[in-house]
Amino acid sequence: MRYSGFSVIREALRGNKGWKPVWRDPEPQSEYDIIIVGGGGHGLATAYYLAKEFGEKKIAVLEKGWLGSGNIGRNTTIVRSNYMLEGNEPFYEFSMKLWENLEQDFNYNAMMSQRGILNLCHTDGQRDAFRRRGNAMLLMGADAELLTNEQIREMCPFLNFDDARFPIKGGLLQRRAGTARHDGVAWGYARGADMRGVDLVQNCDVTGFVIENGVCKGVETSRGTINAKKVGVAVAGSSGRVMEKAGMRLPIESHVLQAFVSEGLKPTIPGVITFGAGHFYVSQSDKGGLVFGGDIDGYNTYAQRGNLPVIEDVCEGGIALMPMIGRAKLLRSWGGIMDMSMDGSPFIDKTHIEGLYLNAGWCYGGFKATPASGYCFAHLLSKDEPHKVATAYRLDRFKTGHIIDEKGVGAQPNLH
Amino acid sequence: MIINHPLLGPRDAQEFTYLGDASMIHRPHWQAEDAIDQFHDYTYLRDNPAGSHRELWFHEQGDRSWLVVTRNTLTHEIEKVELASDVAKAEGRSR
Ligand SMILES: Cc1cc2nc3c(=O)[nH]c(=O)nc-3n(C[C@H](O)[C@H](O)[C@H](O)COP(=O)(O)OP(=O)(O)OC[C@H]3O[C@@H](n4cnc5c(N)ncnc54)[C@H](O)[C@@H]3O)c2cc1C
Repeated sequence: MRYSGFSVIREALRGNKGWKPVWRDPEPQSEYDIIIVGGGGHGLATAYYLAKEFGEKKIAVLEKGWLGSGNIGRNTTIVRSNYMLEGNEPFYEFSMKLWENLEQDFNYNAMMSQRGILNLCHTDGQRDAFRRRGNAMLLMGADAELLTNEQIREMCPFLNFDDARFPIKGGLLQRRAGTARHDGVAWGYARGADMRGVDLVQNCDVTGFVIENGVCKGVETSRGTINAKKVGVAVAGSSGRVMEKAGMRLPIESHVLQAFVSEGLKPTIPGVITFGAGHFYVSQSDKGGLVFGGDIDGYNTYAQRGNLPVIEDVCEGGIALMPMIGRAKLLRSWGGIMDMSMDGSPFIDKTHIEGLYLNAGWCYGGFKATPASGYCFAHLLSKDEPHKVATAYRLDRFKTGHIIDEKGVGAQPNLH
Repeated sequence: MIINHPLLGPRDAQEFTYLGDASMIHRPHWQAEDAIDQFHDYTYLRDNPAGSHRELWFHEQGDRSWLVVTRNTLTHEIEKVELASDVAKAEGRSR
């Protein structure tokens, strides 16, 4: 079913009774050319691009729960390409370009809204660092503007400019950045993949791999063994648990990140704003809730819930930056498990097991990467060579010294 | 989370900083034949288990001792707390 303005009006007049399920609910077949493990944003995007751009047939996505039940439905939906390092920025800018055309491409409303991201700086040194980052972004084809306080005052008069300890000294603005509806992104990719014949198999927990003489021949699942020529794993926070079944240890720790939503308010916050002196970021959803977050809790966990000290820390950061939000009531908070890598950057690579491929290590920033991650993983799975913007995301980069450490904090996942 | 410090009793986890997997106590020997591989695995690879996990916590805002905390990563339940120096000595290290 294709969507158009006409179909929306027609269904509105008919009491919305004509809509059909958007994807099938197929039984798994005994064999596929390519199996993707994990029906989150990255897995679904991979399947979509495999079918659409790389002409692959006989593809399945195996998801242990329901589609979009993981981080794709838990994140704070920020899309941006304001990275600095060569291994990263061309990839994220490629993703940004895919975002800009995504809704037309998969004919689904993902509520992509380029409302901009403003990173605030609070010292002269931080402003210099932002200038450098902005220049790196421009050099690699993205957009960036360094704003003065006067310019920021026009956009966001409510900020605490003259805080005694953390006065605002300027900001780096990326206008093309913004937010998208996370569920809509998962559903759009799922529908697009299903329309092209991909089997989206839900309630199918992958419990092991069929590996013979160093070659991966398929997967063991809660719904039986399924053979495949190639298996791509994209299970985000569960990467360690799943790859352990293939005997691999990864440069990854699983950590929880919490997020928060306030009661609905009238429009106040124009785009995404980040505090540079603590960890706090905020945007306002189309329903009016302030969506905000901060640091990860900082200890290994798979519990999908965090603890109170981080909630306190995030709220303190928020009130330091925009005291007015002290009046807003917190409505909900939740957590998601992230695959924090040793240098804060992801992996899109083959493993040492032939036929087994890995997409992991997205930390707290994998939502913005969804289109490019899917595209590049599909490229790797289909052609057996990395896409040109994803050549740095290798599993052996720690061994060869090609670490991509944006923050420069070393092999300590809870600091990235 | 409350960490039951072997010397100081129950303390709020906020007083501690978290380093990670307690396997970091076992630093490889720098003169080993395959020291580069061993250091790679030691520095970068993790078991990252779902369930019981032995991990290093530093009592930064307390007595500045290192602890080995055994904690369940699925429930956050703390099963056991030891002084890291005791663990290291029991495993044959001099300190
Ligand atoms: C609170 C929070 C806020 C965030 N905010 C942002 C943000 O603002 N911007 C941004 O860019 N990123 C953000 N992120 C990060 C982003 O959400 C993730 O990096 C990204 O969603 C991970 O990729 P995914 O969508 O494929 O993951 P997921 O949706 O988690 O997909 C993985 C899937 O694998 C499935 N799975 C796991 N094990 C198995 C198995 N054995 N068999 C079958 N299936 C399995 C899971 O059920 C899950 O559906 C945030 C994350 C969190 C938790």
